[in-house]
Amino acid sequence: MTDDLRLLRSAGARIGAALAVAAVVVTPLLISSDFWMSVFIAAGVFALGGLGLNLLTGYTGQASLGQAAFVLIGAYTAAWFGADKGWPMLLWMAAAMLAAGLVGAAIGPFALRFKGNYLVVVSIALVFVTVHVLQNWDSFSGGFNGKSVGGISLSFLVDFGDLSIFGKQFTPEQGLFYLTWIVVGLATLAVANIIRTRPGRALQAIRDRDVAAEVIGIRVARNKVIVFALSGAMAGLAGGLDAARVGFLTPGVAESQLLLSIRYVAVIVVGGVGTVVGAIVGALFLGPLPELVEEFSDKINFTVPLVDQPLLKDSATSEGIMSNAVFSEILFSILLVVFLMFQPRGLVGLWHRMVASLKRRGTPTDDAGPDIEPVATPH
Amino acid sequence: MDKFLQLFVSGVALGGIYALIALGFVVIYKATGTFNFAQGGFVLLGTYLTYQLAVEWEVNFYLSTLIAVLAMAGVAMLIERTVLRRMMDQPAFTIILVTVGILLFLQQLVPIIWDEPGLRFANPWLGEVVDIGGVSISHANIWTVVYAGVVFGAFALFFKFTRTGIGMQAAALDQEAAAAQGISVARSFQVSWAIAGAVGVLAGVMLTARGGDALTPAIGFVALRALPAMILGGLDSPGGAVVGGVIIGVAEVLTAGYLEYEWLGANFSSVVPYLVLIFVLLFRPSGLFGTKEVERV
Repeated sequence: MTDDLRLLRSAGARIGAALAVAAVVVTPLLISSDFWMSVFIAAGVFALGGLGLNLLTGYTGQASLGQAAFVLIGAYTAAWFGADKGWPMLLWMAAAMLAAGLVGAAIGPFALRFKGNYLVVVSIALVFVTVHVLQNWDSFSGGFNGKSVGGISLSFLVDFGDLSIFGKQFTPEQGLFYLTWIVVGLATLAVANIIRTRPGRALQAIRDRDVAAEVIGIRVARNKVIVFALSGAMAGLAGGLDAARVGFLTPGVAESQLLLSIRYVAVIVVGGVGTVVGAIVGALFLGPLPELVEEFSDKINFTVPLVDQPLLKDSATSEGIMSNAVFSEILFSILLVVFLMFQPRGLVGLWHRMVASLKRRGTPTDDAGPDIEPVATPH
Repeated sequence: MDKFLQLFVSGVALGGIYALIALGFVVIYKATGTFNFAQGGFVLLGTYLTYQLAVEWEVNFYLSTLIAVLAMAGVAMLIERTVLRRMMDQPAFTIILVTVGILLFLQQLVPIIWDEPGLRFANPWLGEVVDIGGVSISHANIWTVVYAGVVFGAFALFFKFTRTGIGMQAAALDQEAAAAQGISVARSFQVSWAIAGAVGVLAGVMLTARGGDALTPAIGFVALRALPAMILGGLDSPGGAVVGGVIIGVAEVLTAGYLEYEWLGANFSSVVPYLVLIFVLLFRPSGLFGTKEVERV
């Protein structure tokens, strides 16, 4: 087996994976606050949806602003089967993945007809249409009034909603934390396995030179449809878990869902486009940013010189330059642009570069270079 | 019949607005080969700039629009020069995502500068209606069509007869060959961004005038409905943008006026452009007038 094909390529990667698992196990033991648990669950949801988006954008080279649509489809499907019909957890999860995956597969063929990135427009259309359907399909979604996700089953082997291990009783939030991050772990493993083996190589070949890929026998069409379905399914599962977290769903307006899609894009760009752990890193940094800004607005806030006004305002009518929501969206937009311009490989790329330069300094003769795959070549 | 004609004219006017925005998408697509999502931000910021001049500072309405058009052309060129120029050798999806980031930034900048949920932006045509053979048509709609016509006429002449315009066409066709002939590709990029910024302002002002005098940040997203118009017409065809815009505009207004099926839901007309888009893509992937993609290995 060549070095390239190993799941964990270096001692560092093995240590990193072990630390990540340890962090997931320990965090709920140390933190009991519902707020922080909810923040980490939200990060997990973003990591899961981001993993799917990264498969599509980072590995297959297709920009998409449709991730929010798949998240919504997954969330409502989970609520319908899990809460309304009372299906067991594995079944509503499968249903959420299937529904979002099928819609993804249906969108895939549009990307085949076009070369380049027209798909991004179709994905916007998908967000608008999905939100419209959810706003109006009352019997399924509850329409504008929304839908409760109360009573959704979270048990498989153990009940994550009422978790008790060795006599230690966990809160429902702590249980959902374990569930979410177990799912993220499994999804990461799945993506890593796809990427390091034949199908992953095929996707990257499509991204870099699709005609050449076709010539060497890669079925471009089939691979693209599959990756759309996979990406949609992962976002759908993320939506289902998020439904369980928030407990109540509303379709919102298409504009705000489009902002959510952009947030998913920001997560993978800041984490690292085209790296397996990029989505997780990005989600931890950016996923729950609006919630954190909301919670700590009085700590972040300061009086801006020159205009002599506070940066954030408490309510719509009070003094201040911007609302908390605007502040976090502005942060997203600046991070997105700055990272794409100066650090297109994201935080993971930055980390690899730092490690590589440290290695070089240690052993000047060993010039193996950084252990990363080449960035996508320009078309 | 009168109702139909009335809606039709209104739809054509809306189509003219979409066509203007789509023109902004098309010129940049032609020059650089990528989508520029910041176009919605140009529409938004440009309209608020015009509002600031015309209402807050009481400058003449037409002069305000002209100043805003020039200012946004400058802003667009600045964005091209500082952000996009550095990214010319990046893959297409990276460039698209950067323009998405700029859109998000401009979208949030507006509520920071103009801290009101809704503003009143009166225009000279407010409430004026002309009656032609029993069909009443608002002045705003008539002027929208006139302006769109003038702008498209001007661009047709510009691309055909000026040195810069012809150079831009050459650069769009083959950047290396154009550069070898002494045409500045960078300049062609810059001019295309300036055009996009300028038409965005005009479209935004007319879009606001169309609905009366209410101005909200939502018009930045309304501009996204010009994307279906662009794809429908063919990505690289300014003439196609007009046809695509009119089809989308008329379809949207007619559904709003006629379709009254409850199960389709409220505001169904706002998703009609996207449904038309999906339908067209199924049958004519390169749009109505776009260049068919031929690939040579």
